[in-house]
Amino acid sequence: MTSYVLRRLAATVPVLAFVGLFVFFLLRLTPGDPAILIAGDQATTEQIASIRTQLGLDRPLAEQLFTWVGQLAQGNLGRSVFSDMEVTRLIGMRIEPTAMLALVAILMALAIALPLGTLSALNAGSRIDRMVMAFAMVGFSSPVFVVAFLLVYVFALSLGWFPTQGYVPLAEGLLPCLNSLVLPGLALAMLYAALLARVTRASLLEILAEDFVRTAHAKGLKPRLVVLRHALKNAAIPVVTVVGVGIAALLGGVVVTETVFNIPGLGRLTTDAILRRDYPVVQGLILVFSLVYVTVNLLVDLSYVLFDPRIRY
Amino acid sequence: MKSLTRRLALTAGLVLPLAALPAFAQTTLKVRPFGDLRTLDPMTTSDYMVRNHAYMVYDTLFAQDAKGLIKPQMAESFTTSPDGLTWTFVLREGLKFHDNAPVTSADVVASLKRWGARDGLGQQLMAHTASLTATDPKTITLVLKDRWGLVLDALGKPSSMLPVIMPERIAATPANQNITDATGSGPFMLVKEQWSPGSKIVYAKAPTYQPRKEAPDGLSGGKVANVDRVEWLIMPDAQTALNALQAGEIDVFEEMPPDMISLVKGNAKITVSKLAALQGVFRMNQSQPPFNNPKLRQAMLRLVDQEQAVRAYVDDKALYTVCPSFYMCDSPYFTDAAWPKPDLAAAKKLIAESGYKGEKIVVLDATETALSPQTLVVSQLMRDAGLNVDYQAMDWGTLSSRRTSKNPVEQGGWSTFASGPAAPDMTEPVGHLALRSNCENAWFGWPCDEAIEKLRAEFTMASDLDARKAIARKIQERAVETVPYLPVGQFWLVRGQLASLKGLLSPGVPVYWNVSKGR
Repeated sequence: MTSYVLRRLAATVPVLAFVGLFVFFLLRLTPGDPAILIAGDQATTEQIASIRTQLGLDRPLAEQLFTWVGQLAQGNLGRSVFSDMEVTRLIGMRIEPTAMLALVAILMALAIALPLGTLSALNAGSRIDRMVMAFAMVGFSSPVFVVAFLLVYVFALSLGWFPTQGYVPLAEGLLPCLNSLVLPGLALAMLYAALLARVTRASLLEILAEDFVRTAHAKGLKPRLVVLRHALKNAAIPVVTVVGVGIAALLGGVVVTETVFNIPGLGRLTTDAILRRDYPVVQGLILVFSLVYVTVNLLVDLSYVLFDPRIRY
Repeated sequence: MKSLTRRLALTAGLVLPLAALPAFAQTTLKVRPFGDLRTLDPMTTSDYMVRNHAYMVYDTLFAQDAKGLIKPQMAESFTTSPDGLTWTFVLREGLKFHDNAPVTSADVVASLKRWGARDGLGQQLMAHTASLTATDPKTITLVLKDRWGLVLDALGKPSSMLPVIMPERIAATPANQNITDATGSGPFMLVKEQWSPGSKIVYAKAPTYQPRKEAPDGLSGGKVANVDRVEWLIMPDAQTALNALQAGEIDVFEEMPPDMISLVKGNAKITVSKLAALQGVFRMNQSQPPFNNPKLRQAMLRLVDQEQAVRAYVDDKALYTVCPSFYMCDSPYFTDAAWPKPDLAAAKKLIAESGYKGEKIVVLDATETALSPQTLVVSQLMRDAGLNVDYQAMDWGTLSSRRTSKNPVEQGGWSTFASGPAAPDMTEPVGHLALRSNCENAWFGWPCDEAIEKLRAEFTMASDLDARKAIARKIQERAVETVPYLPVGQFWLVRGQLASLKGLLSPGVPVYWNVSKGR
């Protein structure tokens, strides 16, 4: 197990190196120049050139790459070309809102999807099943921003229950923080819940047809216990896999959700940095996202051991 | 289900009162600015957000009033010698920087020299300056090499780049290097540790600020901070900002898109007011065919009906002006001299005379900007007139880079783009962004005309307003022939605000002194 984890961790290095190089060159190929955006609409060519020199953007590409790699080796992601803040600090300031939003969204999605998926599987073919699947279809096909604006209109503007936008940091209290995340969390959770509900239903239906479930029923175990203790646990592997894969979809959804709800997280930082061609920030963010994705996949793989003792690493 | 509803209601009951508690027991004005603050240095960028930041934390020696006249601001008084060459400025008593250090003439001299190294008008002032010295701690003496008529206009310049006064230790930073310390002597001070780029900028009322006794007048007069804090909350999405304004989560929504005005009409809690006037500028690249041909540019001037173009963005007559001039319609230099009426037949005739042979015209359009609708209209008018338009949609970041290219269109070059400079940058011939025709040194598009440049130089030497007006008229008459750019209408950016706010000023630049809200 330990050697497997170490091997997997070692494998992240070439992945991150490839992603880093890819992003570095992709950004340089993208039209746009941060120096021009910093200088403003009325800047002269000399002023733009002066800013470019100051930022080191006039140096050869190879030199810029070596400088960046050298900084990375020391754990330094560089400085934002706009605010001159360290990229690590900028990312650090934005991690909490995104992490909280993602956590709330995942918990909401699981809270919605697992009961609905189970209910649907246990009542396969019934009206309940059709209603749950209809919900899943609508949830899966509704764009995040549409769901978000509908939620804001109903629960913030009409009923006034929640704020329309903004994020309250954890330091100001757990409840105010959660209050600010209810609508964005729900908007983000809808797509995820729809996907999970369908996977839970399909996986559970398959397990419910297995011999060991029939045996459990035959030995007189209560149906509730059969489902909770035997069926759901065995149906968990595909669900956990989708939870893991869904993190990527969630990171994509975070960009839109954070914009609509004005949450100062990593998603907003990413769009702002791309629009401004803030190369060091975009590079740092992509590395962080890759690291998160690789780590989540590793955790998902390791969690299989908990659900299926036959799996060994 | 009932128990779930009960639990939700209980949770809401627990959470909502907590959320309703005020975070601070002080007055905080929450503003959604039109953009984000990217840097802190108002002398290295013409970015309007940095200019607006500068008005929060700095003060200027002179400032423009509501009538466009230049008034003393940090200056108590000034005198000029009979020959007009020696100017003496005396600072007001009690001026202090945010770090409590007194404002001295040495700070003023250092600041103006730094500004003069970067700003266009500042560079002209310095080119005419023999010496700029601190005579005593309160007195500054400016000696000119020759009689130059724009000294006060330069020192009271209302828009980018502002001649703000900063401490000498900060002004000593080379002019090609950004300052990082925002200590000024203005009505608010930046709370830098709470600045989160892309999210929030926080200003606190400066206890050291000494406002003038007069009432505020344009950008001059008493700048009294009536709120304890001003928070600029960056919200890229306009719909989010509108939601926040409707819910009372913000007090001011800068640059509300005109199509949202109807959504708040009838809402007694929200009012809409004019924020800043812009001139739509449709710029043609004169370094490459086909717009290196003046006949074709003259055709464009006759082809475009400003009303048709500007109404694509805003349809309320109170919010746009069809202005037959290169100057803003409310400028003292406004003239409609030689301006042709829109005339498709005349435009087509000029196109034929120009010898245009169907060369590709690459139209760059930054679709997120206010000028995008005008660009679409002008593009269609060009197609209707038989021009071969290649419309290319992109973001502003890409456009601002593409427009620096002087290559042919086949090699990544361009033919036209649109922009919306603010009124103060389009008022008179010298500071005018798009009239400048000094070839390589002109704004992107690089118009080149010796006659206009000669007249602009004469303008700076003119002794009085009437003489300047006469020169401004001659410049317009010449520019109608050379067509350095195509004005596509003037329009107002609007701001939504809570009706409960009192004293929010509209001097053409968003400023937040004088405004108050109930505690």
